[in-house]
Amino acid sequence: MNKRKAWGERVNPVVQSIPPSGIRRFFDLATETKEVISLGVGEPDFVTPWHIREACFYSLEKGYTMYTSNQGLLSLRQAIAQELYNKFGVSYNPKDEILITAGVSEGLDLAIRALISPGDEVIVPEPAYVSYAPCITLAGGRPVALFTTMEQGFCPTADQIARLITSRTKLLILSYPNNPTGAVISKKRLQEIAEVVCDADLLVISDEIYSKLTYQGEHTCTAALKGMKERTILLNGFSKAYAMTGWRIGYAAGNPDFIGAMNKIHQYTMLCAPITAQTAALEALKNGHQSMHNMVKQFNQRRQLMVNTFREMGLPCFEPGGAFYAFPEIKGTGLSSEEFALKLLTEEKVAVVPGNVFGASGEGYVRCSYAASRKDLSTALQRIAGFVKRYGLRAKTKVIYKSLVIG
Amino acid sequence: MQEILKLLENEAKLSTKEIAFMLSLPEEEVRRKIRELEENKTILRYLTIINWEKAGEEKVTALIEVRITPQRDIGFDAVAERIYRFPEVKSVYLMSGAYDLAVFIEGQSMKEVSNFVATRLATIEGVTRTATHFVMKTYKREGVILEDKEQERRLVISP
Repeated sequence: MNKRKAWGERVNPVVQSIPPSGIRRFFDLATETKEVISLGVGEPDFVTPWHIREACFYSLEKGYTMYTSNQGLLSLRQAIAQELYNKFGVSYNPKDEILITAGVSEGLDLAIRALISPGDEVIVPEPAYVSYAPCITLAGGRPVALFTTMEQGFCPTADQIARLITSRTKLLILSYPNNPTGAVISKKRLQEIAEVVCDADLLVISDEIYSKLTYQGEHTCTAALKGMKERTILLNGFSKAYAMTGWRIGYAAGNPDFIGAMNKIHQYTMLCAPITAQTAALEALKNGHQSMHNMVKQFNQRRQLMVNTFREMGLPCFEPGGAFYAFPEIKGTGLSSEEFALKLLTEEKVAVVPGNVFGASGEGYVRCSYAASRKDLSTALQRIAGFVKRYGLRAKTKVIYKSLVIG
Repeated sequence: MQEILKLLENEAKLSTKEIAFMLSLPEEEVRRKIRELEENKTILRYLTIINWEKAGEEKVTALIEVRITPQRDIGFDAVAERIYRFPEVKSVYLMSGAYDLAVFIEGQSMKEVSNFVATRLATIEGVTRTATHFVMKTYKREGVILEDKEQERRLVISP
């Protein structure tokens, strides 16, 4: 009798090689814990603004239930092109330079698959969002981690990038404002990076999903920098700014060759983004400014509440300028990221995400989302303060608090 | 200052420390500002929005449209004052359109409210007509939905 191979062994070895998501394990535990206050959520605590939901009902009533073109509704692409031009002065032709995707997640996968062939190296500054490395690996590429530290504001320098470039380097992934650190990148730093990128003739995927959640300074769009538009695939979407995570609508903007290549994969896999969600996204762009602005304002107040409370605890924390995360350093407690998160969950019923989930350079940190109600936030912060006090802060690290003014 | 007011308007129970942290202001400054605002009556009172039905208490609310004859010496304000001085009267607004004053009255029963309108309100000099509309159900008050069915539906942890 033939010995049959175990089912698990028949799974594509590349897929086998990808470790299960670190978040997943923690997720199960947090879900089982009763009355937990979660600061572990990567999405707004707001429900999608009513006018956007209302526009979606209307579209269903009118019978908009069919496929759209692969690239997505032209009206939506036009609105996106208009916004990118108005905000950043970078102009894209809605006909062939913009693609509507099922969230930035799909856009990311498409961009990587369209650009990366086996053996290509992709530089990923870490701590980084959890999808980058696995998507690169699945495409046959090799993720090359660039470690950043709290002291450098979790932003890579042009030098650091230059040092990692080899003959196989094809792509750099940038993601600012950043998940999990909340870091924003300055225009000056981006320009320096752009120079290195242009010199080495690299391509860039710039994931700017948190661009509207920028609280310090103005967001700089990578594609708007000199020489960068043609070599950048810009990814953005509606999830974070308009509280539309479950709708799954994002977009990619780039030169027609790249967008065309992505569209080729997209048409045979996703076909098109859901029309109902596209209609809602159009409403968000047209009339969502006020509600978006209100949410951003509240995030900003909670951001300051969180960072100022960490400062009061003496917990070192780089001051996040964007997104809705703070990334405090917890090394002083003598615990690892996972131990800290685990003990905090079981002892104080507060869920945060261990920093090592976002790459090795995230070890010693935890990600705390302030996309939670003010009340929950205050309670959770009180509990964290009690926890930190109990474990003590042995090792003294420099506390980095820059621009928040407080007496 | 506007920011402090907006925060308090939405949540009167915020501590000065929380406000200070949320706006990155020194706590002492926030305390001083709030005291000032209270003293100059920009902040009038801290109220609580209560779902009385849930607390098992019956209350009747009515909107009374009131038409008045503005008189040369009395004007709208004087008549309005004679109305808003009654503790039963919860709010009074001068309106544009078909009537002059919108008066909200709260009482224990329809009878009590009707009685008040008939004997107190309608008899005020200058009031020419009233129309009483009883509230049948309150869905939203002061921007707060009373029975909000939207709840936290997010996963506990997400990337």
